[in-house]
Amino acid sequence: MAKLTGRELYVDDLPSADHLWGATVRSPSPRGRITAVEFDPSIDWSEFVIVTADDIPGRNAVFLMEYDQPALADGYVRHVHEPVVLLAHPSRDIVRRAAALVTVRVELEAPVLDFCAVPEAGGIQHGTDNVLKHILIEKGDIEAALAAAPIVVEGEYFTGSQEHVYLETQGMRAHVDGDVLVIQGSMQCPYYVVKALVPLLDRDEAGIRVIQTATGGGFGGKEEYPSMIAAHAALLSLKSGRPVKLIYDRWEDLAVTTKRHPSRVRHRTGVDSDGRLLAQDIEIVLDGGAYVTLSPVVLSRAVIHAGGPYACDAVRIDGRAMLTNSAPFGAFRGFGAPQAFFGLERHMDVVAARLAMDPAAFRRVNLIRDGQQTGTSQTISDGADRLEVLDTALAACRWGTRREQIRRHNESHPLAKRGLGLAVFHHGAGFTGNGEVMLQSVVHVAATPRGGVEVRAASVEMGQGTTTIFTQLAAERLGLDPDTVEVAQPDTHRVPDSGPSVASRTAMVVGYLVEQACDDLRRRLGLTDAARGDAVAEAIRTWYAAPGQEELVGEATYLQPSHVEWDEETYRGDAYGAFAWAAYVAEVEVDLKTYSTRVTDFVAVQEIGRVLNQTLATGQIQGGVAQGIGWALLEDFSWRDGAMQNCQLTNYIIPTSDDLPPIRVEFLETPYSHGAQGAKGIGELPMDGPGPAIANAVAHALGVPAVAIPLTPERLMAEHDGLAAREAS
Amino acid sequence: MKQILELRVNGDRHEVGVPTHFTLLETLRYVLGLTGSKQGCDKGDCGACTVIVDGEAVLSCIMPVQEAEGREVRTVEGIAGRRGAHPLQKAFDLTGAAQCGFCTPGILCSALALLEVNPQADRDEIARALSGNLCRCTGYTKIFEAVLLAGQAMSSGREPAEIIGEP
Repeated sequence: MAKLTGRELYVDDLPSADHLWGATVRSPSPRGRITAVEFDPSIDWSEFVIVTADDIPGRNAVFLMEYDQPALADGYVRHVHEPVVLLAHPSRDIVRRAAALVTVRVELEAPVLDFCAVPEAGGIQHGTDNVLKHILIEKGDIEAALAAAPIVVEGEYFTGSQEHVYLETQGMRAHVDGDVLVIQGSMQCPYYVVKALVPLLDRDEAGIRVIQTATGGGFGGKEEYPSMIAAHAALLSLKSGRPVKLIYDRWEDLAVTTKRHPSRVRHRTGVDSDGRLLAQDIEIVLDGGAYVTLSPVVLSRAVIHAGGPYACDAVRIDGRAMLTNSAPFGAFRGFGAPQAFFGLERHMDVVAARLAMDPAAFRRVNLIRDGQQTGTSQTISDGADRLEVLDTALAACRWGTRREQIRRHNESHPLAKRGLGLAVFHHGAGFTGNGEVMLQSVVHVAATPRGGVEVRAASVEMGQGTTTIFTQLAAERLGLDPDTVEVAQPDTHRVPDSGPSVASRTAMVVGYLVEQACDDLRRRLGLTDAARGDAVAEAIRTWYAAPGQEELVGEATYLQPSHVEWDEETYRGDAYGAFAWAAYVAEVEVDLKTYSTRVTDFVAVQEIGRVLNQTLATGQIQGGVAQGIGWALLEDFSWRDGAMQNCQLTNYIIPTSDDLPPIRVEFLETPYSHGAQGAKGIGELPMDGPGPAIANAVAHALGVPAVAIPLTPERLMAEHDGLAAREAS
Repeated sequence: MKQILELRVNGDRHEVGVPTHFTLLETLRYVLGLTGSKQGCDKGDCGACTVIVDGEAVLSCIMPVQEAEGREVRTVEGIAGRRGAHPLQKAFDLTGAAQCGFCTPGILCSALALLEVNPQADRDEIARALSGNLCRCTGYTKIFEAVLLAGQAMSSGREPAEIIGEP
């Protein structure tokens, strides 16, 4: 209810009477040596706290996977908007105006801006070829399979970037409390911030306390970038000795924070005349931007999903993430999989058209059955009925009937063309391969004196329902009244490291640990696993009745399920413990006077293990679909020197209530034995399907290639005119 | 430069000294400490700052504070009555229409301004009334359900929970 009464406190709502406000001075150039930093002499700079790279006590890097990205540029910049100088002042207005009066001079070097082009010698800035990460997946003899295939279909597909547009812009508050630096702010991964600040500030974990405040949306955008803002707020606070708030306005947030990786995906697909897949040769290139950040793992998820939920004996997937002089691209719901699925699922329609097969029938032939293997040679045997997922979606939209109705409608309506498009896909939940083993997540469930429990985990609530789910899981596991279950605010001095709130892992992986920690607590109380409800509450009260009794805490640490085996070297094996499976159908209407496309109906059917909470799960799917519709149709960029130019919500357009159809959601449930109550992850899944489903619908409506998104009116008009010109000639 | 203004917010009178360039939103947040109204863009693009002024939904981030003088301002903090949550808040809670909650105060104000005039507003009317309020979490489907439910409750005098058959 706090969110409905205005009482919920986000970082900018924290009291600010004695604060300084921070601001960031940034590079105007995409690449080059800094020759001077000039402070406008008309300003009295003694009123300001000024921080440069020289003020960094430890190693000048925002550590995540590598130490390559500086917190403040030290003599050299690699992208426009790279932070160079920090300012703080008691007035928010004055500090923002002052930041514009510091000029960073850069001796420009030719930037690398095209991630698909082979870089010239002078453009090499990483290794020998600017490749941030290369991954190759091979199964069977791809060249022989292509040579033997009676039909080979090629295609090339592009996706644009995407901004998260969480409604709360990013921000952090830092202050010093005795020997401890306290960071409060909007974030998904409190322990990522700690791990970045330890080497940067040369402090130990005891000297850094990170507390998540209510977070107004994340979607991946608050996975890695908050560490950068926390670093800046911390440096200003340590130098000034005062609390500092560093809150981005919308322009700055859009301009400088991470975004979805742009991609190019190429397919060479061998099929027989019955529509059986014989060979999938896939190449993926991602634009990584100027530093490594998370690009290697985004690429990893892209290549693993690139072959889709289909059985094929000969597969080659070759993926590269390339350095360019753009601000680094980063985590965004789906994490590489949406790009892979746009290429794959749009291409599946192209292949079906070549075979003169119905797109749904073509997918049905190849959809993976239990006992068959994915591209990484992972044998699927989860009991989920993927054909039923497809059939449920087709039934909900009356696929065959509707396609025929649309054909007749389009014959009689020259300026309003309809189309129906399908995408079938899957999404692995949790960290890839051995990732969860490396994380070694821990959850605590502490008994509280009044006979309830407190769940302590680092997983954040950002609108997806973590608090409700953890409350529900602990209450049901122990048979307690949910009113006696509390969920601790993530605070690194109070909660253990249960890993980041990413990768659709919170309910499935961390929720499972909540259940295990409840069991551990019960054992520590001397109860059997069958004890529930009053027996548990009474045992807890009895424990605390003894004088001087210390706090009783149940604990659980992640253990890899025995069925998961992964080889990181060859990229073979069980990429994920579980996949969710889905089939989405979009119906569109294209107005040929304006070339604007409206989604008029959307069906989202998925198998996600057990549904823990119908309302929350439905909300996750509907929100993800809306975000996918935005990516497919509306969300376009104007780039200059690798930097976003359209940094307002009037020229970067996300869907409004007037742009979206009702989003119809259905779930199929096949419980997963290693997920909380049988659940699998769902947060990212709905981002994968809308792009290709909508592009397939637009292609169905107009016959255009629709090989690149967003399908803005400008792009669609060009494609449609091109088609008309080809037909005329 | 500061100026003394008298404001009426959620039924309370405030005499406040505010910088002359302040917007209504800045005054609510930084002078009155009413942080429920949010700053999502500061340009009138996102709707997170929406409040109700004399019954009309307005964007407080682009309204100079002087324009609110002598008028009745209502914010998210003033939606609940003395006897607890407003039917609109209950409907949002029941349907899961608030996810991250950041757009919610503005959406509640836009919806309330509509429902107080037209509790029987249909989906299209709601879509138009809310089209200036961006939400990135929900896809709006549950927000429509909530506003329709609240409208039913307000026009029938029944509890939202009773209407959807919840205990």
